[in-house]
Amino acid sequence: MMKNKNISQGVDYPMIWLYSILVAIGVLCIFMVEFSEGSNWFTSFIGGKTNYSKQLFFAGFCALVATFILLTDSKLFTAFANLMYAFGLLLMVATFFIGKNINGSKSWIPMGGGFNLQPAELCKIFTALALAKFLSRQETDFSKLKFQLIAGAIAIAPAILSILQHELGLALVYSSFLIAMYREGLPAQILIFGSSFGVLVIASLIIEPNTLLIILSAIAVLLIYFARRQARRNKGLITTIVIIWMISAGTQRFVIPYIFNNVFECYQSTRIYSMVGKDYNCSDNVKSLKKQKAGNEKAPKKPDDYNVRQSKIAIGSGGFAGKGFLKGTQTRGKYVPAQHTDFIFTSLGEAFGFIGCVIFLIIYLALLYRIIRIAERQRSTFSRVYAYSVVSILFFHFAVNVSMTIGFFPIVGIPLPMVSYGGSSLLTFTILIFILLRLDADRQMVLR
Amino acid sequence: MSVFNQSRGRIIQIIIGVVFIVITAQLINLQIFSSQYKLAAENNAIYRKIIYPDRGIIFDRKKRALLENTISFDLIVTPSESKGTDTASLCAILGIDTAEYKKRMLDLIFKNTRVRPSVFEPLLSAELYAKLTENMYKFPGFVLSERSVRTYPFNTAAQLLGYIAEVDTSYLRKNKHLGYEMGDYAGMSGLEKTYESILMGQRGIKRFIRDNKSRIQGPYENGIFDTIPVAGRNLFTSIDVEVQQLAEQLLQNKIGSAVAINPRTGGIITMVSSPTYNPNVLTGNARRKNWGRMVMDTAKPMYNRAIKGQYPPGSTFKPLGALVALDQGLITSDYGIGCSGGYGACGGVYVRCEHSNAGHAANLRLALANSCNSYFSDVFRKALDNKKWGNTNQGYLKWKEYMNAFGLGRRLEVDLPSEDKANIPDTSIYNKFFGGARRWNSCSVLTLGIGQDKMTATPLQMANLMCIIANRGYYFPPHFVDSIENEQIEDTVLMNKYRKKHVVTNISDNDYQAVNDGMHDVTVYGTASHLKIPGVEYCAKTGTAQNPHGKNHSLFVAFAPKDNPKIAVAVVVENGGYGSVAAGPIASLIMEKYLNDTLSAAGKATAERVTNMNLIPQAIKNWYTRKDEERAARLAKLALEEAAEKEEAENVKENNKNNTEATLEQGSKPVGNKKDSTDKYKIKAALLLSEDKKKRIGGRAQ
Repeated sequence: MMKNKNISQGVDYPMIWLYSILVAIGVLCIFMVEFSEGSNWFTSFIGGKTNYSKQLFFAGFCALVATFILLTDSKLFTAFANLMYAFGLLLMVATFFIGKNINGSKSWIPMGGGFNLQPAELCKIFTALALAKFLSRQETDFSKLKFQLIAGAIAIAPAILSILQHELGLALVYSSFLIAMYREGLPAQILIFGSSFGVLVIASLIIEPNTLLIILSAIAVLLIYFARRQARRNKGLITTIVIIWMISAGTQRFVIPYIFNNVFECYQSTRIYSMVGKDYNCSDNVKSLKKQKAGNEKAPKKPDDYNVRQSKIAIGSGGFAGKGFLKGTQTRGKYVPAQHTDFIFTSLGEAFGFIGCVIFLIIYLALLYRIIRIAERQRSTFSRVYAYSVVSILFFHFAVNVSMTIGFFPIVGIPLPMVSYGGSSLLTFTILIFILLRLDADRQMVLR
Repeated sequence: MSVFNQSRGRIIQIIIGVVFIVITAQLINLQIFSSQYKLAAENNAIYRKIIYPDRGIIFDRKKRALLENTISFDLIVTPSESKGTDTASLCAILGIDTAEYKKRMLDLIFKNTRVRPSVFEPLLSAELYAKLTENMYKFPGFVLSERSVRTYPFNTAAQLLGYIAEVDTSYLRKNKHLGYEMGDYAGMSGLEKTYESILMGQRGIKRFIRDNKSRIQGPYENGIFDTIPVAGRNLFTSIDVEVQQLAEQLLQNKIGSAVAINPRTGGIITMVSSPTYNPNVLTGNARRKNWGRMVMDTAKPMYNRAIKGQYPPGSTFKPLGALVALDQGLITSDYGIGCSGGYGACGGVYVRCEHSNAGHAANLRLALANSCNSYFSDVFRKALDNKKWGNTNQGYLKWKEYMNAFGLGRRLEVDLPSEDKANIPDTSIYNKFFGGARRWNSCSVLTLGIGQDKMTATPLQMANLMCIIANRGYYFPPHFVDSIENEQIEDTVLMNKYRKKHVVTNISDNDYQAVNDGMHDVTVYGTASHLKIPGVEYCAKTGTAQNPHGKNHSLFVAFAPKDNPKIAVAVVVENGGYGSVAAGPIASLIMEKYLNDTLSAAGKATAERVTNMNLIPQAIKNWYTRKDEERAARLAKLALEEAAEKEEAENVKENNKNNTEATLEQGSKPVGNKKDSTDKYKIKAALLLSEDKKKRIGGRAQ
């Protein structure tokens, strides 16, 4: 039996190092955020009262879990992938009944002893496994639309449950599975269409509707003009261009205003608008109007960009070399909200400046590239798909979280993997990574 | 299948790489090229606490402090921390109702945010302070904070000293480079304003780190950027506080002004503008109550007539008319004319003279002593028609040049803000008035020669003119501040203009002697012969300026002693009639007090008589009566409303009681009650009114 030989055999040590370094940086950052002068840092590290000491305990617990995962058999994961996925979904449904409300989202299950579990976090693992399992099936031909749709459904199901729990950020994470699916042969057009759509959405927020309509029309006319030769050969081309033009115009004219005014909550619209530097007028928002009528909510006030502003100030004031360990005034003065969780990157940026940030980025980049390298050396599709799912999830978290702190992305509650405070999140990413390491250690086996 | 999509791993790597590069680019933008974030972080986190230095003191010539600093307390509140405050008892102590409390709170939050401390009640009285300190434990979020406040032990010289007040936004905008901040106090008028930079001292700044709720975390960088406050420097003035008090007393119930200058130095001994006010009514929390009333007062108690009032100098101008002709060599002191009761050389314009006996204008001395209008009309024409300057127009310009040299028609640059230059009209004015440069001559403006026509002068200018005559040809620009504590080079630059001797004429001592003798004769047998200063011979000139709006203005200029002048005085009393009646005694008493240090028995009697003289014009008296009536009506109405309200509350209470006790005998009881209390309130209103009236009249008088 393999596991009886030596658990360290075949384990990718650079990964473990990178993982440990990031966890250590996380604890240090949380320490910077929580530190107050005069208290004995050593005792408070041991004491378990402060967040950094809690995080330290979480890390210790995660080390145990990691060892345990390395001790298991890879086949376990393939065998139970679908079952765990079903279990995960069940847990998420269960939160609707036994869940606990924390910060406005009823997505936590109390575990006793003050700890709460967020099933949506764990569901990421299960979804990754289930997707890997599905794509590695013998009968799956991913070039067929039917299987693409099933794969999509696997990823979307927990996302929908997350949205129902008011965890928009977590739901967005599931879109990262697109990257893994792309690697497995999802047509590139979907990604291209997706990103073009994103550009259109942003453009319709920034540019005045009529101006944008003129720009879109101008692009369409130019395209037809340049494509008139090809059009002789291909009759459908002009029709396609016109249809795309109509869809774009309709989207920017009607769909986007409808979504912002009728689907989103006022604060969500405001956040997205504030990201592109605009004010959203909440009196257009149907939901906030309804609430106002019901008397639950006061009239909307100034745009909600305090978080981003303070976050940018913290990072920007770090300058080239930073203010030094524990010397950040923004951090010490607690100006950045949620700094130990979602905005942990700001404490790093303030204390260690541009140099510190770049070093941190390089460590993260190394981790992601390492996982891609591991993915590509797998013999079994299951392991490869799983590895790509891991890298997609981590990358998505990282990109959204950091972009949000530097003002590139609206504020959605997405933690920085391994660094942000939070037991559920740390445990999730530990399990994600160590299952990958377990699979990688057995890369000679073909798993289905 | 994996073989086919091998390249896609590479593409994903590239995508990830691109995202990292974009993030790095934004970090470069934020951390290296955007300096504003550093500033924003400092503004967030560094709390600058200003340590106010003591303001400099202003002393009089005998080193008596005209004003002092005392400590007053502000009640400061941080709205976000004031949750558990016992609002009811706080309101009871401050004497406000809860609605007012809420209104003030909202106002402060609106102006200065919820988390910053703002002034809830400024400048508490001693009594309030004592009550509050006992109860502070009930008011979390409230603190008492020290502030230095001016007091005026002599209750005098309000308009000279000026007042300090909190700076407003326009002040901050105008004085950006001086580093004032909201909540600072600065001199707004008088010496407080002119010498603001010296009196203010240097504020110290302590820097603290604060958190997002404005709670202080500790000193910033261990205080290496902190600065220590430097106390404001003191000013030593030439004001004599006793003379100032006497002059204010003498001018009470009159509208007018008195200025006394030491001719040897140009130092102003006293400067009064009446009506004035007690400077203590504009300090501390009294200010809020009194400010509006002072500004609205029709007699303008805050208006300094000594440097802003413009009066035709009348006969007091005559010595100057003589000096101009003497300096140009047009006459000598022996020059005389025959006057038989008027000057008729101009045909159409006839100037009447008070005297018609022969020889009353036989020489300069006699003409001055008798204040002969014909003589000075003649002398004036000589100056204007002087052949040397070509024509009347040029002659007038030369004459105007003389006036300016003697300090008329221009600012004397006294060290008070907003001095007026009064008026010596330019030729263009007359050209316009008469319709061309050739359409007027010395006859057209003849009455300028006796200080009438379009010419005006401020009392300060008149007093300065006396200095020139007393000094026989020179003066130092009039000023209050003799020296500054720890004088520095830039202060010396500032003060040098007051230490520079201005020589005005080149007239021989002999001719000056004639002018001085003439003015001395005024006090011996002339218009001021009834005004004596025990043991002192002095020179004077009375003036009665025609006032188109009412009774003539009474003017008096003088200097004393005759041979070694130590004080030059100018007094103007509006609607005071002859110069020797109202202005004369005031001037002579000022000189007596200054030279003899005390008043003789006769002097005291005169002082009392003059003090009780009421020369306020009827129109202004009527204005006060009307205001008082309006006030009475308002007070009575308020009192009635209050009574009615109270009555209602009582009735409700009583009804409740009655309802619960289920008795039916309340009958006429409430009605009787109502009548009683209404009467009570009427009486109260009347009392309030009379008290108020007393206070106000007192304030005006001081």
